[in-house]
Amino acid sequence: MSTSKYLLRRVLQAVVVIVIVTIVVFGLLHALPGGPARGILGPQATAQQITAFNHEQGLDKPLPVQYFYYLNQLLHGDLGTSYTLNEPVSQLITERLPKTLLLTVLSAVVGLVLAIPLGMWQAMRRNKPADYIITTLSFIAYSTPVYFLGLVLVLVFSQALSWFPSQAPQGDTLAQVFSEPQALVLPVVAGAASMIAVFSRYMRAATLENLSEDYVRTARAGGSRSRAILWRHVFRNSLTPVVAMLGYYVPVLFGGALVVEQLFNYPGMGLLFWTAAQSSDYPVLLGCVLVIAIATVTGTLLADIVQRVIDPRVKAGRA
Amino acid sequence: MSAVIQPGQVPGKATATVTASGARLAARRFRRNRLAVVGLGVVAFFFLFCFVGPLVYSTDQTHTLLQQVNLAPSGSHWLGTDAVGHDVLGRLMYGGKVSLIVGLAAGVLATVIGTLWGAVAGYAGGWIDAVMMRVVDAGIAIPALFILLVVSAITTPDLTGLIVILGFVSWLVPSRLIRAETLSLKNRDYVLTLRAIGGTHARAIIRHILPNSVSTIIVAATFQIADAILLVAYVSYLGLGVQPPSTDWGGMLSAGLTAAYSGYWWLIIPPGLAIILVVWAFNAIGDGLRDAFDVRGRG
Repeated sequence: MSTSKYLLRRVLQAVVVIVIVTIVVFGLLHALPGGPARGILGPQATAQQITAFNHEQGLDKPLPVQYFYYLNQLLHGDLGTSYTLNEPVSQLITERLPKTLLLTVLSAVVGLVLAIPLGMWQAMRRNKPADYIITTLSFIAYSTPVYFLGLVLVLVFSQALSWFPSQAPQGDTLAQVFSEPQALVLPVVAGAASMIAVFSRYMRAATLENLSEDYVRTARAGGSRSRAILWRHVFRNSLTPVVAMLGYYVPVLFGGALVVEQLFNYPGMGLLFWTAAQSSDYPVLLGCVLVIAIATVTGTLLADIVQRVIDPRVKAGRA
Repeated sequence: MSAVIQPGQVPGKATATVTASGARLAARRFRRNRLAVVGLGVVAFFFLFCFVGPLVYSTDQTHTLLQQVNLAPSGSHWLGTDAVGHDVLGRLMYGGKVSLIVGLAAGVLATVIGTLWGAVAGYAGGWIDAVMMRVVDAGIAIPALFILLVVSAITTPDLTGLIVILGFVSWLVPSRLIRAETLSLKNRDYVLTLRAIGGTHARAIIRHILPNSVSTIIVAATFQIADAILLVAYVSYLGLGVQPPSTDWGGMLSAGLTAAYSGYWWLIIPPGLAIILVVWAFNAIGDGLRDAFDVRGRG
């Protein structure tokens, strides 16, 4: 398949996935007890008020018609209005999303910078004590609920040792957030832990696979030093599946951010979502879900494209 | 396998014997994986601890006992007591039952849904497969924690409801694995033969595709149970948990969150370690099974 044809098909798939997500979100909005009218007018509203509201908002029209109204709104960037904060959901998300992206990107970078060399190092020492110890630690990190890890971090590094504050930066702008770097340490570590676990395992497996390939043996036979082979060939070839995995990891990062933001009181989209859930602010909840889903689908799409561009084997349909 | 079928021979019987000796081989390979064997031991220990433990170590887990609140670990309460006077060691057994049952049931349910979905999609192929897998993509695009938090805004489920909800947010990964397996199986001779002699699609899936994917399914289920137990730990934290006086390990952790800042470490460390150990153990077992059966699964 030619690259352009492949790209077209992948983008089309991504669009279909996003349409399915909008159907799910729309369905959820209408499956709510009492529907959107009950949500907006509150539990005290009478049946007449609800009927009048439904008529006014077009909610008594057939569902497919309503869905197309909803889709039309979305295409114009309208995600509805928050029940409790009385602000457009799109505006709330635009304010909060950059902070969440900052947190997730920092966690991802820290996670990868540690996980990639760790995985390669393990592969070089396969089945030696160091490998077993790191494998066990990875499994433990993967098995730890993020909120438990965050709590232990706060108890140790904030309460007992007073090294880092227990609360994340509270600033509204990214510049303000960056002005308190020490306050970002614990949230980023909590967000990066499971990532280190997963990606070091992945890098270890990929490196082992590459080390057994013919080209490594050829290079060795040709007299190249192990270190040179490792960095010049194995490293680059092992990175490809890791990049692909990164795209699939976007939802996990967002899930982690939800917990981390709540735990460290970091005013990003995760905390917005959390408070919205406490007050049953459905437009905010569903708007966030939609934004996260689009981010994930885009992430996966980019990972697939990057993988195709950097790995010639994928193009040939071998991997 | 020959495409010629003898009268009276039941297709699939031949593979059953292969599986039996394969199982012995797999068992031998599993036993050689030390971490997996330790994992099996840890799981066995926690089942005994939670289900037999209370018979040996009997504690009151229903009444509020104000005269013994937040006591530090001592000879009479090995792991201390919590904010309403419940013995923490006893509570660890009591809450563990819920965590293990819900985790196991939700993990198995997720695997069943994922297996059926993946097998049908892979077997059907064409546009049915395309649509079914885009639904999976859409599901994966919405993180489970977010869905669970939305659900918690709408309703508080009972135990069965909780299992169903957890099962329905975590079937996506197994569905992809089983679909891949089905794609490689559906053009085998025995499936084609069955179709040629007039067997139905349902029979092809139930009698051939699923039995031949059993090792993939078992491995997927083990990892799924690990993930489900971890997810159960989040449930109380997200406001969906089982209602007091009942509890689970996640509920104990959430209840101890604020108390931990006052130095009551014994309220959070025991349930936290229990969750980590059991989730680790199921992951180690899954790792061992995957290597033993030599199937592809998650890294």
